[in-house]
Amino acid sequence: MKSVALFAALTLTAPAAFACEPFAVGDLTIEHAWSRATIGADRPGVFYVEITNAGSADDALVGIATPAAGMPMLHETVVTDGIASMPHSMSVPVPAGQTVALAPGGYHGMLMGLVTALKEGGSFPVTLTFQRAGEVTVTVDVLSMRAEGPDCAHAGQ
Amino acid sequence: MRARRAVILGLGGGAGAAALTLGLGWWRSGGSPQPALLPLAIGEMAFTLTDHRGRTVTPADWIGRPTLAFFGFTWCPDVCPTTLSDISLWLEDLGPDADRLNVAFITVDPERDTEAVLADYVANFDPRITGLTGPLAEVERVAAGFRARFEKVPQDGSYTMNHTAGVFLFRADGRFASIIDYHEDRRFALPKIRRALGA
Repeated sequence: MKSVALFAALTLTAPAAFACEPFAVGDLTIEHAWSRATIGADRPGVFYVEITNAGSADDALVGIATPAAGMPMLHETVVTDGIASMPHSMSVPVPAGQTVALAPGGYHGMLMGLVTALKEGGSFPVTLTFQRAGEVTVTVDVLSMRAEGPDCAHAGQ
Repeated sequence: MRARRAVILGLGGGAGAAALTLGLGWWRSGGSPQPALLPLAIGEMAFTLTDHRGRTVTPADWIGRPTLAFFGFTWCPDVCPTTLSDISLWLEDLGPDADRLNVAFITVDPERDTEAVLADYVANFDPRITGLTGPLAEVERVAAGFRARFEKVPQDGSYTMNHTAGVFLFRADGRFASIIDYHEDRRFALPKIRRALGA
């Protein structure tokens, strides 16, 4: 039983390394790509990521694509007079020398038309398209519905 | 790595507090826009909802314990899981004190959020969170009592909901205590809940 439990623990924690592993394209570094588990495939999934632009030219995230969802798009949560709404964003600016986060409560990818439910511990690819740097495909970890982000300080050692 | 911008909005914001201090009349006579109204005391509200375990809930059921309530819907990808996960963390931080709270997640999408759907959904969060649904008319009544708003918005062949995103706090006697605004610094949340607990 002990070895079964250990195996289960390893398979559960191993995917956390994906979110902590950086991907690069041009002057951009993309890391901490994660999503939340969904109940069923009817509900939209979410996609969060951090993008650092080490270059001297501004860039912008202009689109996302994934085999995991039929209609992935960029949205921004906006709270006006206490009311939350989620308008579609044409692009997310990634200014030179800055880190931009698609994070809870702000910009995020909304994954409509999920092919299957997103299961905690799973992962799926997302291709990000940038205005200047072009395309890069990253691996997205599916964390629990309660997750507030990947715990990278203790992972990938 | 939460990147929440510090925006002061809504009833809990500085502008709302200042407006209330100065008095509603002053604002009206000054021609400025009227500040939003405060939520009613729970005892003045009227609604009949059903929780995710199938039990009927009316305002009287909340009197006697402090109440923490949030409006949302289970098809919501960003704001609702984030807030329910925040609430779960606060309840854990409060420890046994949190057992004295009524904690309600009130759906603004009763069309999709049935009792069974809510039960599946709240199972992902702290077990002290109760999901509430009911006929649309009753959801409208509870929102009116809270001075909360919601609206159905068509979205690519389906729909989403815009809704009041703050977390409402009431004292044990049902009086309104405060709101934790969505973009407010989360460090202020626990002291606000403790004040509502009357500790």
